[in-house]
Amino acid sequence: MDMSFSPEEIAFRDEVRAFIADNYPQELRDLKTRGDMTKEQILMWHRILYKKGWIVPHWPVEYGGTGWSITQRYIWNEECARAETTPLLPFGLSMVGPVIYTFGNEEQKKRFLPGILSGDDWWCQGYSEPGAGSDLASLRTKAVREGDHYIINGSKTWTTLAQHADWMFCLAKTDPDAKAQDAISFFLIDMKTPGITVRPIITMDGGHEVNEVFLEDVKVPAENLIGEENKGWTYAKFLLGNERSGIAGVARSKKAIERLKNIAKAELVDGEPLLDQEEFSTKISEVEIDLTALEFTELRTLAAESKGQGPGPESSILKIKGTEIQQRITELTLEAVGHYGFVYAPHGHERTGNEYVPGPEYAAGQSQNYFNMRKTAIYGGSNEIQHNIIAKMVLGL
Amino acid sequence: MDFSFSEEQTLLRNTVQSFLQDKYDFDTRRKIVASDEGFRRDYWQQFAELGLLAAPFSEEMGGLGGGPIDTMIIMEEFGRHLVVEPFLETVVLAGGFLREGGSPAQQEELIPGIIGGENIWAFAYAEPQGRYNLADLKTTAKKDGDGFVLNGYKCVVLAAPWADKLVVTARTSGGQRDRDGVTVFIVDKGADGVSTRDYPTVDGRRASEITFENVKVGADAVIGEVDKGLALVEKVTDQAIAALSAEAIGGMKELNEATVEYCKTRKQFGVPIGKFQVLQHRMVDMFMAYEQSVSMTYMVNLKVEEEEAERKKAASGAKVQIGKAGRFVGQQAVQLHGGMGMTDELSVGHYFKRLTMIDTQFGNVDHHLKRYSSAA
Repeated sequence: MDMSFSPEEIAFRDEVRAFIADNYPQELRDLKTRGDMTKEQILMWHRILYKKGWIVPHWPVEYGGTGWSITQRYIWNEECARAETTPLLPFGLSMVGPVIYTFGNEEQKKRFLPGILSGDDWWCQGYSEPGAGSDLASLRTKAVREGDHYIINGSKTWTTLAQHADWMFCLAKTDPDAKAQDAISFFLIDMKTPGITVRPIITMDGGHEVNEVFLEDVKVPAENLIGEENKGWTYAKFLLGNERSGIAGVARSKKAIERLKNIAKAELVDGEPLLDQEEFSTKISEVEIDLTALEFTELRTLAAESKGQGPGPESSILKIKGTEIQQRITELTLEAVGHYGFVYAPHGHERTGNEYVPGPEYAAGQSQNYFNMRKTAIYGGSNEIQHNIIAKMVLGL
Repeated sequence: MDFSFSEEQTLLRNTVQSFLQDKYDFDTRRKIVASDEGFRRDYWQQFAELGLLAAPFSEEMGGLGGGPIDTMIIMEEFGRHLVVEPFLETVVLAGGFLREGGSPAQQEELIPGIIGGENIWAFAYAEPQGRYNLADLKTTAKKDGDGFVLNGYKCVVLAAPWADKLVVTARTSGGQRDRDGVTVFIVDKGADGVSTRDYPTVDGRRASEITFENVKVGADAVIGEVDKGLALVEKVTDQAIAALSAEAIGGMKELNEATVEYCKTRKQFGVPIGKFQVLQHRMVDMFMAYEQSVSMTYMVNLKVEEEEAERKKAASGAKVQIGKAGRFVGQQAVQLHGGMGMTDELSVGHYFKRLTMIDTQFGNVDHHLKRYSSAA
């Protein structure tokens, strides 16, 4: 057991820190949330990292990975969070990419991995349906083979950023008679295919991030099927396992706590900083301690992964605790800003230029951020489902 | 011991209920919130015609002679429909100041305008540095002949964009946070030197930032005693807390009912999700949080006219309960509705947002825990 960095690791930290400082675009530093960004701005940092060769540290080297150790990847994540770089979109890099290089054929790897790495292809996730959320296997979207292609009909929902997507990875039923887990296939669908309609869903914070996607007689070439027909559930679960392990967000939460502390220093209670109020600082300490525990839990998971184990069902811990901590931090941040939590800060798509957002800059949008973050305990397999996974797979109940 | 409502009170509830059922469904509310003005002036007139704006005033003042329980009934029903019209600001707060501290002349002049629906009021008390301390005031009112000159800045003044009259707290003497030296003023929003900037709030209302620059008011603009206004402010805001508690239980009731209904009909894994014990227990906890909040709402409305120490404990105790319960019920209602709970389309998120902001109004859980402890 050893937690200290070696001189080489410290040198690595200095190198990546300098790289971020020198290369992270000023234009992005001035933006607060993804809701305010154009498509090109969302991709800007992605493209810079791609050029540098650092876009997928978590991939095998043969597909574009950096070959970094667990510690180096940890340092990299810490440094990105420290500099508050825009989070990279996970749909290609962390979700479908690993599915393609693990289960796809050579042709598919050649065709799809380059666009994922470069950011030229924007991916979205066609998993949930109106009737299939927590019970994903009950999905109803159907794919019927006709000659050298499939005809897909159905609808998907909560599809994040589908409004920008070039491609969707999509689960559909290919065997109407088999039980759900043996009836699902995994398709890659070009969003320009006729028959696809994307309709926005506005969330309670006023933002437009998620969508409904309708598929009506969508013709998908058979070569866009991943792996074997009716084996899609295996790939889907593999993907969800990866999604969970990336979801802890430890480094970002550390940064969020730091921001919270700064807000609590600026906010006053009877002339004294809110941060000096015992009841408030105790709450920050509690969440900080939870986060430390999660950080070490994640490091233990990563260490096991580097020895070829996992990510196993334990990664559900990271999802549950990670999202609870993120939610708690946004809740405390809203609490910290006091009266100005009332203010509605318009999203990018609502702006006309005449909006008035009063109060200190750090207060703007904090209540909406709190409302929006309620989604984290719902998406990626609700936290109730994660409890079921641990109960069943880890505890054997 | 009797927790039943009088015949008049039941009648009042029926009146409010039938109006809101007819005219304040969720779609209508959405249109009201999205409209340019942000509330319905014609509804406000109808509230006046139905006697809602007269409910808590004595018959001598032209009212219906009701009390906190009548206000509670109205606010609870308003909470169930997420009503945005400024009943709290106009009737409970401004009406409360005039009733509790106004001179006979002020009452005679101003209460009819409230009862008749002609005037809308807002309460400008919060300042950025003051947080929830009602005495922490940088806004000053300096003696000027017979009257006063006001200078200062008030933040997040709810309903101010709709109001024509303001109740304003200002410091007439003493240090920034002294209990002595606070005075309550009536200021016309249109007076020289009053400037406002309006904006929408996350819970579907409107608010203003207000700057006072050499605003002149007469001696008759003072409500209550010069320098001794804080006790009045505390009394009236405690009444507002009692009313807000009622609004909160209305919202919680709707959320709980919607959640139970959703869990009975939403099927996953071949069964309604309400069959899962973990969700059943969650809904039981939500139900208990609601029942405990109802109890505290009755308690505070029964005690809000008692002597100061008892009243403070009642108000702060209720505010702690509804703050905690509102957060729990709101969060869990969203969680149990899954992705649907996150949408703007469903009412769930809108109740959740309102309950969240109720915790902020007149002090959050931490603030009132402290206040309760010091009053105990």
